[in-house]
Amino acid sequence: MDFIQDWGLTAMVFAPLAGVAIMMLFPKDADGSHKVLALLTSLVTAAIGIAVLAEFDYDNTGSLQFVRDNEWISVINSRFILGIDGISVPLIALTLLITPLVIAYSWNHFPEPHNPKAFLSLILVLHTGMLGTFVAQDLILFFVFFEVVLLPMYFMIGVWGGPERQYASIKFFLYTLFGSALMLLSFLALFFLTGGETFSMIELADAVQGADIARTTQLIVFGGMFMGFAIKVPMFPFHTWLPDAHTQAPTQGSVILAAVLLKLGTYGFIRVALPILPEAAHAWAPWIGLLAVIGIIYGALGCLAQTDMKRLIAFSSVAHMGYTMLGISTLTDFGLNAAIFGMVAHGLITGMLFFIAGSVKERYHTLEIKRLGGLLVSAPRLGWILGFCTMASLGLPGLAGFWGEFPAILAAYQPAEGLPVELFRGYMVVAALGTVLAAGYLLWLYQRTAFGVPSEEFADDPHIHDVETPEWIAWSPLLALILILGVYPNLLFKVSDASIVNVAQQIAAATGN
Amino acid sequence: MLAAVLAQVSDFVVPHIDFHAFGPELALVGALVVVLVVDLIKPDGTNPFLSSLAGLGILAALIPVITLAVDGADRSLFDGAYVVDNFSLVLKALFLVSGYVVVLMSTNYIAEGDYAEGEYYVLLLSSLLGMTLMASARDLITVFIALELLSIPAYVLAGWRKRDLIGNEAGVKYYLMGVFASAVLLYGMSLLFGVAGDTRLTEIAAAIAGGAGETPMVTMAIVFVLIGFAFKVSAVPFHTWAPDVYQGAPTPITAFLAVASKAAGFVALVTLVFIAFPDRGDVVRPLMWVLAAATMTIGNMIALRQTNVIRLLAYSGVAQAGFILAPLAVASDLSLQAVVTYLVIYAAMNLGAFAAVIGIARKTRSAEISSFGGLFEYAPGLTVILSLFLFSLAGIPPLGGWLAKFVVFRALADANTASGYVMGVIVAVNAVIGLYYYANIAREMWMKPVPDGDRTPVKVPFSIGAALGLTIVATVAFGVSDLATRLGDQATFLLAL
Repeated sequence: MDFIQDWGLTAMVFAPLAGVAIMMLFPKDADGSHKVLALLTSLVTAAIGIAVLAEFDYDNTGSLQFVRDNEWISVINSRFILGIDGISVPLIALTLLITPLVIAYSWNHFPEPHNPKAFLSLILVLHTGMLGTFVAQDLILFFVFFEVVLLPMYFMIGVWGGPERQYASIKFFLYTLFGSALMLLSFLALFFLTGGETFSMIELADAVQGADIARTTQLIVFGGMFMGFAIKVPMFPFHTWLPDAHTQAPTQGSVILAAVLLKLGTYGFIRVALPILPEAAHAWAPWIGLLAVIGIIYGALGCLAQTDMKRLIAFSSVAHMGYTMLGISTLTDFGLNAAIFGMVAHGLITGMLFFIAGSVKERYHTLEIKRLGGLLVSAPRLGWILGFCTMASLGLPGLAGFWGEFPAILAAYQPAEGLPVELFRGYMVVAALGTVLAAGYLLWLYQRTAFGVPSEEFADDPHIHDVETPEWIAWSPLLALILILGVYPNLLFKVSDASIVNVAQQIAAATGN
Repeated sequence: MLAAVLAQVSDFVVPHIDFHAFGPELALVGALVVVLVVDLIKPDGTNPFLSSLAGLGILAALIPVITLAVDGADRSLFDGAYVVDNFSLVLKALFLVSGYVVVLMSTNYIAEGDYAEGEYYVLLLSSLLGMTLMASARDLITVFIALELLSIPAYVLAGWRKRDLIGNEAGVKYYLMGVFASAVLLYGMSLLFGVAGDTRLTEIAAAIAGGAGETPMVTMAIVFVLIGFAFKVSAVPFHTWAPDVYQGAPTPITAFLAVASKAAGFVALVTLVFIAFPDRGDVVRPLMWVLAAATMTIGNMIALRQTNVIRLLAYSGVAQAGFILAPLAVASDLSLQAVVTYLVIYAAMNLGAFAAVIGIARKTRSAEISSFGGLFEYAPGLTVILSLFLFSLAGIPPLGGWLAKFVVFRALADANTASGYVMGVIVAVNAVIGLYYYANIAREMWMKPVPDGDRTPVKVPFSIGAALGLTIVATVAFGVSDLATRLGDQATFLLAL
């Protein structure tokens, strides 16, 4: 068991790359072997991950566990530090779950131009990047993993995407790269401001407290990080890459993007920006909250205006991530816990919605809402699943979505000490209105696609069949989790709480409240 | 008159020559002679061993570099005109490995090109000899000899495709611009000698520090000398030769010019900046600041509009030269480290990109970007590898290029001056612009249809494959480990800064 303690995280992060290396040995046309290899790799990765998570000390989630601290690029004082705590665990579990499901779904759903070898290899490289970001405890290492996801996603959208894929892929790339360049500059500034000693997140957090950095400098440095993370989330007004990327990406790409990649941004806020620069976070919080609620309303209005199902779901992501960011902006343990829950719930639900959109597209060859209709007649099970997921997405109590939104709104009632209470209560009201809009656009979507009778062009279309086995395999774990987390949210809150309380206390201590 | 001269000669002492210190150069000279003789045995240009001999000669020259590095002692010969220190060893190794990769890239290209092979490798080896000398040169005359020794063979090599008009243009253009730059450089050097009364860089530094430094003549001399090398590293506005020469020269030579020859220019630049002019940062820094900013911005702007991969790589090489110049705009000891680290990483990724283009052009018969359409469908391996090199040049982690840019940022931020931060922002903006045109090539290969519908798989010859293998492993390894930064960190001058 010592192996897991010492090397478990490292093995988990790099196992997908080992799988890619093996896949490279097989010829391009050996489709079957590539599928099996990719699935096996993701399962092995999951197995290592489960072994780690099983040994994780859940009574002590507040402290960093499985820490691995090695020399890395010593010339620039960057070290290879891995470690997990209650904030990372839910997101690692989500990533470990989503990737095998996406690969299973791919079994007979390869988008044009096919080529499973390249497609699955990219998914596995993505897997390494995502897992690495969630376990890295050194800013430079974090940055490298954060960027590793860019290239595979760029190619996934650009090669396997829809008609506007070339535009969407480069837009995604340039946007995120711009953000991360500023983020890197902030990391460097922090490094030099604290005396050029370390990039370790924990040590930096202490060093910043001791270094007596001017308040304006802190605000600017936080601004750089904010750009990097906010573009990734994405927050209004940096969200414009998201609808394009989502709409053009192949189903698998959309699912990974929605379920995990967006969380890299919010995770970055909680893991990096808030603990290291608590005072600046405190000063920025009202603005972050403002952008979050604008995002909620703007995303919802955007949804109402969409004529394409996938684009609608993409805009709903903007709104949902707005709740997460609102939770973060309160800087309370309550709000941050809600944010973590919101990330996981959004990952499960929106991931599921994109799966469904992909399957609908495959059957109808269109996602134009007004041409769809009568899904409950032509493919009843698919229709019911869509219904279940829209209910979860609009925050129906008893399903996972509720626990992401409701506590975030509630947290805004009483933000951290020193934040303008009235302002946040205003945000709370606006965010609550957002849930009404969410119910509106989601139910309207469901009504237009699932109710009624199939339109004439699709009435006797033999392509339109009900849910298939690979889809069941990929979907049932997600559906089950949406229900389980909805009924028993403590499953997640218990894990994240202790670490979140630490972060909140750090902020409170630093701001002198 | 004559008697006076002879009287001086009489106290000439035969200098002690440390042959170990000359090991790399001697091995190169030996290889050069062997290639020349073997070529004479079968002079019809069909001798199959020439490239292997040249390659082996270069590898043999690496052995003394390694033994000198293991030995670790700094050596200074000829009153300090020729020095073996960590800096020179790191760069000699860089030149030799780059030269070896160029030989690998040349093997099929030259053998199939219906041109004399023997002379090609002899010239390549002589140019390489000039570069290894340059790494050790600490004296104006030695620097100049090294520069000419590396340049003159390069002029001939650039015009190697003598039956091709573009090739002729390349040769003549490169030659004319090169001698012009040499003239400017020599003029600056003569002024420096006039001020210092000595050709050794350390003595020049002493003279500058000792009062002579403030005269306008010294300022002018410094500007002339630095501009002489600005031609070599293709800094804007002295870059105009680069695209035409790159396009007209045989592609392996283009790679050689873009990587090794450029690196040699930078070696001379940093040697002069840090050893001869350490006290004139007030001249060096603003000059380098302007050169760097103009070089990366204008290089990038023009690169955006290129439709030919070689020309694009030429202009992107101009932009990259700007990134390498940027740390000199603050000229601290971290800058030296940044320059060397950047050169090492740049060599791996740029040589790799050229090797991949050579491999692909064997099938497409063209370097137009549009002819690369749909490459992913029939040559996935080459496509992935070239994409990796391109994104590394763009600075995307985890490929080597990000670390190169990172050390530049670090040197700029460490200076903690307004000009340093502004330069940092210029570098950041240019890095994003760069991504656009690099990604453009990738987009053509991955996302566009095959232009002529010809999907015959590309056969990569063994030597190109070896070059690709070496460079891709280096590019990835530099990005995820501290190899390159350690080399950069090790590369310190014999004279502590």
